[in-house]
This record gives sequence, C-alpha cells and structure tokens, in this order.
Amino acid sequence: MLNTIWFAIWGLLWAVYFMLDGFDFGAGILHPFIAKNDVERRLVINTLGPVWDGNEVWLVTAGGATFAAFPTTYAYMFSYLYTPLFFILFSLILRGVSFEFRGKIQSEGWAKFWDFIIFLFSFLPALLFGVAFGNIFEGLPMDAAGYHGTLISLLNPYGLLTGIFFVLLFIEHGALWVAIKSTGTVSDRAKAVASKTWIILLIVAVLFLIYTKFATLLYNNYFANPVWFIVPLIAVISLLMIKVFMKSSYIKSFYASCLTILSVVFTGIVGLYPNLIPSSIDKAYSLTAFNSSSGPYTLKIMLIVVVIFVPIVIAYQIWSYKVFSKPLSEEDLHDEEVETY
Amino acid sequence: MDAVLLSRIQFAMTALFHFIFVPLTLGLVVLVAIMETKYVTSGDEVYLRMTKFFGKLFLINFALGLVTGLTLEFQFGMNWARYSKFVGDIFGPPLAIEATVAFFLESTFLGVWIFGWKKLSKKMHAVSIWLVAFGTNISALWILIANSWMQHPVGYVVKGGKAHFVDFMDAATQPFALLEFTHTITAAYVVGAFFVMGVSAYHLLRNNEVDLFKKAFKIGAAFSVFATIAVFLTGDLHASEVAKTQPTKLAAMESVWNTQKGAPMYLFIVPNPKEEKNSVEAIGIPKALSILAYHNPNATVKGLKSFPKNDRPPVLITFLSFRTMVGLGTLFVLIAIFAYAYMKRDALLDKRWFLRMMIYAIPLPYLAIEFGWIVAEVGRQPWIVYGLMKTANATSTAVSVSQIVMSLIGFVALYSMLGIIDIYLLIKYARKGPESAEKITAESGGY
Repeated sequence: MLNTIWFAIWGLLWAVYFMLDGFDFGAGILHPFIAKNDVERRLVINTLGPVWDGNEVWLVTAGGATFAAFPTTYAYMFSYLYTPLFFILFSLILRGVSFEFRGKIQSEGWAKFWDFIIFLFSFLPALLFGVAFGNIFEGLPMDAAGYHGTLISLLNPYGLLTGIFFVLLFIEHGALWVAIKSTGTVSDRAKAVASKTWIILLIVAVLFLIYTKFATLLYNNYFANPVWFIVPLIAVISLLMIKVFMKSSYIKSFYASCLTILSVVFTGIVGLYPNLIPSSIDKAYSLTAFNSSSGPYTLKIMLIVVVIFVPIVIAYQIWSYKVFSKPLSEEDLHDEEVETY
Repeated sequence: MDAVLLSRIQFAMTALFHFIFVPLTLGLVVLVAIMETKYVTSGDEVYLRMTKFFGKLFLINFALGLVTGLTLEFQFGMNWARYSKFVGDIFGPPLAIEATVAFFLESTFLGVWIFGWKKLSKKMHAVSIWLVAFGTNISALWILIANSWMQHPVGYVVKGGKAHFVDFMDAATQPFALLEFTHTITAAYVVGAFFVMGVSAYHLLRNNEVDLFKKAFKIGAAFSVFATIAVFLTGDLHASEVAKTQPTKLAAMESVWNTQKGAPMYLFIVPNPKEEKNSVEAIGIPKALSILAYHNPNATVKGLKSFPKNDRPPVLITFLSFRTMVGLGTLFVLIAIFAYAYMKRDALLDKRWFLRMMIYAIPLPYLAIEFGWIVAEVGRQPWIVYGLMKTANATSTAVSVSQIVMSLIGFVALYSMLGIIDIYLLIKYARKGPESAEKITAESGGY
C-alpha cells in the first residue's frame, strides 16, 4: 500500500511539474514568434518572471522524491539516460540564467542572443522530457547485464512521437498562458497560435493514443480494470474543452489545458503501474514500485513530510499566482523599465 | 583516465563552482532582509535604495547558484548510481525534504519579492525576503545533514547490500550535522558581510552616496563581527568532532604521521607523503594539537601511519587547504574587529588604506569556504561514506568514459562562460551604485 501511494505521488510530482513548467517552456518556445520587438518580448518573459523559478522546484522535488522513495530507479534511470539528462540540465541552466542576464546589458545583439537561447533551451528540454517518457512507456532494454540502449536507440519513432506530443502540449499551454497574462497584440497573437496549434495537437494526441497500443503495454492495465479508462477519457474531454472554451474564456481554456497535461501524464502512469521503468527485454528486470523502493521506514517518514508540506506549498504558490493575477501590459513594463531589468 | 577519476573531477568542479554563488546567496539575503526591515521600521528612504541596490546584486548572483544546484542533484544518479542505490534510503530523504520544505519557499517568495514591490504592502514585502532567507538557510541545513551522513553515518543498518534507516532523527540531529551546518552558514555570513563592506568601501572611496554606504558598511561590519567569531568557534568545535569521528581526516589536516600522546602543533610543516614524514617541522607548541583536537592536553592523536595506506586521504592537499582556511579565518576576525572599531569611531573615511583593503578582501572568504569544502570532501577520501563505502565503488557502471568526457567538457565550457558573465555583471552593477531616489519610487521590479 505504502509503495502504491508513493508510486502515485511520484506520478503526481511529475504531472504537476509538467503542468507548471510546461507553460514556461511553451512561452519560451513561442516568444520569438508572437513578440515582434524588444518590448513585446519582455512582456512575454515578464509574465513568467514571478513564477518560473517556483515551477522548476517541482522538478527538483520530483527528482528528490524519486531518489528518496525509489533509489534504485533513480540510480538506473539517471545513469542509463545520462546523455539526454545532461542535455536537459544544460538547457535548464541556460534557460534559467537567460531570464536574469537578458536585460542586464543594454545592447540589441545581447538581448537577441538570449532570446535565441530562451527559444532553443525551452524547446530542447520539452522535446527530451517527451522522448524520455516515451521510452519509459515503451520500456528500456535492460537485463542482468545492465542497459543495452544508446542515445540513438532512444530516438525511436514512438519516443520521438511522444517528444513532439509534449512539445505541442506545452506550446498550446504556453500560448494560452501568454494569452491570458498579457494584453494587446501579444495576447491576440498568442490566442491565434493557441487556436491553430490545437488542431495539430489533437491529431498528434490521437496518433499517440493509437501508437501507444502498438509500441507499449500501457493498455494492459486498462483492459484488466476498465474503470481506469476514466483517466484517458478525462484527457480527451479536457483537450476538446480547450477549444470549446476559446469562444467564451481563455482562462477556462488554460485550466482545461492544465487538466489535459495532468491527465495525459496520469494516463501513462496508470498504464505503467507497478513499473516505474519496465524492461523491454526481460520483465524480471523491470524496476517497480516494490523492487526498487526504499524501506517502509523511509517511505513512512517521507509520506508524513509530503502530507504536511505539499499542501502548504500548494497554498502559498496559489497565493503567489493570485498576487500576479492581473495581465501585464506594455505600460507596466515602462513603469518597470526604471528597474532596468 | 578512468570513470572514477573523471566522475570525481566533474563532481568537484560542479560542486566548487556551485559554491562560488551559494555562500553569497545565503549571507547576502539575510543582510538585504535586515536592510529592508530597517526601511520598514524607520521609513528612511535611504534603506529602500540600499535594499534595492544590494537586492539587485543578490539576484544576479542567485540565478547561477540556483541553476547549478540542479546539476548536483541530478549528478548523484547520473555519475554515482551505485552510491545512490546503496544510500538512497537515507540520502534521498534530506534532499527531498530540502526541496519540499525549503526550495519552494525560497523560490516562490523570491518571485513575489522581485516582482511584488507595488503589489504588496511594505510589511508583507519585507516578510517575503525573510521567508526567502529562511528558505535558503533551511535548505543549507538539509543538504548538510545529508553530507554529514557521508562524513559520519549514523542511525542505519546495512541489509541486502543497501543501507536502511533505523532512526531518522539520529541522522538529522547528530552533532556532526549541526556543527557542519553552523560552521558553513556562518562562513556564508562572512562572505555576505565582507561583500557588503567591500562594495560600500568602493563607493566610500569615491565619495559616492556617502550616507547610504556608511550605513550599509555599518550593517556589514556589525554582522561580520558576529559571523567571523561564530565561524571561528564553530570551526574549533567542528574540528574536535572530526577528530572523534574521522581520525584519518584529522591526521591529514594536521599532517600527523606518528601516533602521539600530548601531541604538539607546529606552525610550519612541510609534509613529505612519499617518506611518510614531515620534511620540516618548526616552531612547535607543546600539547597544542591534543588540546585543539580533544580539548585535553594529554589526549592521543592518531597518526596516519596507524592506518592502512589505502585508507588514507591525500595529505598535502588536505593539509594545505586546512591551513589556508584557518589562517584566513583568523584574519577575518581581525579585519571584522578593525572594521567595526573604525566605523564606531566614525574614522572610516580617513582610513583610505583600510577601505581599499576591504575591496580586495571580498574574494578571501570565498577562498576560505572553498578550501573548507576541499578539506571536508578530499579529507574524507578514499571513502564516499566514511568507513562504509569507497568512492571507487560508487560510480555508475552504465556510463562510459566518453560520455563523462563529453559532459565534463560541456560543463567546463558552460560554467566558464556563465561564471565570467555573472561576475562581470556583478562588478558592473556593484560599481554603478544605487538608483536615485526619484527612480526608485517609480519602479515596481521586473526583467
């Protein structure tokens, strides 16, 4: 039971991470395209300013929780996926400092350089996280002798499709974020992008659900216990609701997009159970919530910590989002220009 | 080169680089919080401008400390998979608690603080920076609890090839952890205090914003007296804890080869690891080492020769790093007392040599703190968990040498570039000085 609870928490931490940093990635990918000049670009970046840092901590927590609750999975996952993780780290480091560095030297070339960095290193981790999770859904080639995959073998068709799916989910999410958090032409352009991207996202989502049947064993859990079909059903309905809500309220579309990301991740998590990483060549070597976990003592202590602190974290993060709930306008930036960020 | 050595180089490089930025984050945030509190309680605009000026330097520095921390968390799994598998049950929890309890607090309220100048009341805004300060300090506590377990493992049993917790509180409250934490955190306060004094000295020498920078220097000087003395005292206690728990490290720190009762301490030593002796030992103080290490003049200090050769840490680097750290730490107490005395007598502006020296003193606490980490980590070798697991057995088996070479080159290139930019920006904005009063009241923060 304890191990199953931790499996669910593990999934939840990744899902919340993607829901939050997802729009940071999306807005980062989009900003050179929906913002045509420096002021507009700063507008987009400043919508992320107060929150991106707190969003990224969900990744640190997901990593830390994997280490604490499933150390064997943590050890194998991170060393087997060494090179892609290195690129993700590289990207997150550069993206993080670029927000801080971009406005610190008054030069057009300097700002453009960091704009490109923000674009590229928002795109790359979005893609790589998708590729990594696609490969986890498929299972990694591991047995008694260890790991038999390479960087190239990770870039298999299903892995790449999942990568593209993640990128599109985040672009949609980021476009909706910018649409509701900015005003004027930037917001209008973001709305147009959200509307166009949605159709491509829908097609790729359908492809993903079909391909998953052939490339992975995720559906086995669903056929064994059909009540779980509710999770992918929520994913599909919320994906449709993004479009439906666009007519009335982009804020509601954004919430639908949040739910889409959460339920997409959980569609995978439910299908994986009890595996954290299945072995694609020998089931006996799959890493599960039971054979790769910490002892019950550690799991209990960590559960107490999570039950007490995560609700507190969620409460003050919601509060911080409320503090910055008002959409930004270009006038706000002029006001802030005095700070010379 | 083999994977163990490469992994060690990469970890040492990324950890030491991370720790260029973290101490200033830990120290400066408390000082900025004090400045803003002074503004809220006194209403004096000069403290607002001071807060914003040092706050901006804090943020430039913070960004790099934050992102390079991610590398360290990932690296345990990437490069040290056998270690992670062996200790995850024990080492994972403090890391996860650090993120849940501290990082969220720090990051969320930092965002609120940067962008919330016009959105929050004065008081709530000051509370935000105190929450950031609290979060950063608590995060240091948890990471050092984790590190202390590597130095002195307690509260565990080894079952089925893995270490398991039997008592979480044993590990979380062991003296080694509390001493390592207080020693590190006060060392970071010294970094922060010297930074504020050094930057203020730069502007005082140029008669720039004299009122503001005298007040800032005063805050830095008072803080530095407390911090330098605290780091000295905790250092003494920490060293005797090391003597009790890590005899090989202590022997290397002091370059003691033969076991001695009532061991003297030599002011000058030239270690000669090849011949397992010191080539030069001069100006001995009788029984001093026994007193320092065990607080007992007749205590026995174990020499390196009483340990098998392959259980000894590298002597020269541990010894030199320790000596340099202690020398600098002693110097800091003197500098802090002088700074405080000159400030009290309002003689700062006349002591131009002293102000100039304070500028050049900025990097010294950084050096001391990096040397401190070298003592802690190199001195622990050949163990990754003291007495329990050798570093050589801790690496990832699935990662090839070429992969590590690639990532190492990548980190060196990336970190050099970012380090240069960040330090350039810090110097640029430190020199530029605070914004004028009119500008400050109009702004609300942002990128």
